[in-house]
Amino acid sequence: MGEGEILLHIQDLDITFEPGAHAVRFLELDIRKSEIHGLVGESGSGKSVTSTAVIGLLPSPPAKISSGKIIFKGRDLLKLGKEEMRKIRGREIAMVFQEPSKYFNPSMKVGEQIREMLSLHFGMSRKSAVERVLELFNLTGLGKSNFGGGRRILNSYPHELSGGMKQRAMIAMGIACSPSLLIADEPTTALDVTLQMQILDLIHDLQNRLKMSILFISHDLNVVKHIANRVSVIYAGKIVESAAKGTIFKNPMHPYTKLLLLSIPDPEKRGTPLKTIPGTVPDAESIPSGCAFHTRCPYVRKICEKEIPALKEYENGHTTACHFAGETE
Amino acid sequence: MKRSSVSSRLMLGAVIYLVILGAAAIAAPVISPYSPTDQHLENRFAPPGHKYILGTDNFGRDNFSRMIYGSRSALLVGIVSVSIAVTIGITVGIIAALSTGIIDNILMLLMDSVLSFPTILLAITVVSFLGYGLLQVMTAIGVIFSPVFARLVRAEALSIKTEEYVEASRAMGSPAVKIVFLHIMPNLMGKVVVQASITFALSIVIEASLSYLGLGTQPPTPSWGLMLKDARNYLVQAPWMSIYPGLALAMTVLSFNIIGDTLSEKINPRIVKK
Repeated sequence: MGEGEILLHIQDLDITFEPGAHAVRFLELDIRKSEIHGLVGESGSGKSVTSTAVIGLLPSPPAKISSGKIIFKGRDLLKLGKEEMRKIRGREIAMVFQEPSKYFNPSMKVGEQIREMLSLHFGMSRKSAVERVLELFNLTGLGKSNFGGGRRILNSYPHELSGGMKQRAMIAMGIACSPSLLIADEPTTALDVTLQMQILDLIHDLQNRLKMSILFISHDLNVVKHIANRVSVIYAGKIVESAAKGTIFKNPMHPYTKLLLLSIPDPEKRGTPLKTIPGTVPDAESIPSGCAFHTRCPYVRKICEKEIPALKEYENGHTTACHFAGETE
Repeated sequence: MKRSSVSSRLMLGAVIYLVILGAAAIAAPVISPYSPTDQHLENRFAPPGHKYILGTDNFGRDNFSRMIYGSRSALLVGIVSVSIAVTIGITVGIIAALSTGIIDNILMLLMDSVLSFPTILLAITVVSFLGYGLLQVMTAIGVIFSPVFARLVRAEALSIKTEEYVEASRAMGSPAVKIVFLHIMPNLMGKVVVQASITFALSIVIEASLSYLGLGTQPPTPSWGLMLKDARNYLVQAPWMSIYPGLALAMTVLSFNIIGDTLSEKINPRIVKK
């Protein structure tokens, strides 16, 4: 993967929740134009908090962004006014959520909800907005006759659609205004496995056609392996490793990434016990000193307990935050 | 199965009764055999029969015609006071739900203090300030019942506010006003309609009570409560004077309650349909 122009640059982002929970700690993340960037981490590692901060919808209080910058197309999103930020949401940065059934208003037709966005951001007339929605349905595979055609979906209420159809509709809504960044927050987690693949392929295909960037959040390394160009691993609110997909899966540098990769079930190793990482993700209220992973790291040394390792570049485009990156084997 | 068929039959009956009542109220001048205020003094206390289907009262006025015209004030009171209550209630409820802290507290304290008075007593007090008459009664009832809606709307709006689809809508850049009208209001209307149906019945009863006490509809305008007031002295002598208006009143209230209950069962997701 070549070095593209940076679309979203998150720098030193630090988010705390009252009282005293440190959800995101000096996080650094770059998303380039036209890449699918996988953000992987366990539950509670700060993935969703980060994405919510990007679209400016963190509830504050209790959340507080104490420092950092979120530079999107040259503007710091954290410095924008409410109204400016509102115009960016949905138009420039859109979101696809985890459970499609909950993210549609049950008393409104699906087509209406998507059409609403178009008239909101583009002031489209009813007729042309409907045309655009049908076009979006075709793009997301909802126009197919086995779904009863786009017109039927247009006039359906959410409960009349299956989970997969709803997720397709949700994606249609996400790309409705041709955003430059689509944040997909575990878009396949609530779906069954066969559907997961279909939706992943759809996202991949749409990215190819529309050339937008996608921040793909997941806790599932297999899913990310399937779809992302670039992968960042987050642990306790901090990026610990970030690299192109090929690099990170072949040559992981951070012990956490290594252990994560080892804990993916592999059909060739049938019969041998699956490796697990001992311990649990630290609570955001009591993050260990120094390197947050030192409590679970098999290579832990004295310095790890005291100093927070900085995110450093080791080879071209491969950054990691470990004192002994490259030394541990 | 059995339960639901009984309740749907009741519902059907209630709706049919109310449709007939509504039609009668609209077409009152056409279908009533006499003017409701004409006194046929030679036929005072005439029992139900040929000439006067439901008899006459102490002034010889036709009971049937008075009941038909009386349905006008009953339904008018229901419609106007429920509209007032719903309008105030939704406005206050939504503002309270969307604002936090002090505004919410003040609004709800205001609503609670209205709610803490006995309804009839408060209605009498308000009417004695505003003066007697139908319009005053309707306003008073509307204001008195608005806290019920405000509480309901606030509670519903607070829960809808945290729904994922509201979050999604915000993530898509919808402004607050849009979210209120597109997502919050439509999803709480179901509960509001149920409450409105029950409040409708209550406001008819209160209007009848106030008229009975002489504070509501003023004679000679016909009203069921007023008819009952006149009938009070002739319970034995002319029972038709009290039975028919009383029956009309009871049936109307019952119908609205049945509709309210059935609707609330229908829209309550916790009651599983069999």
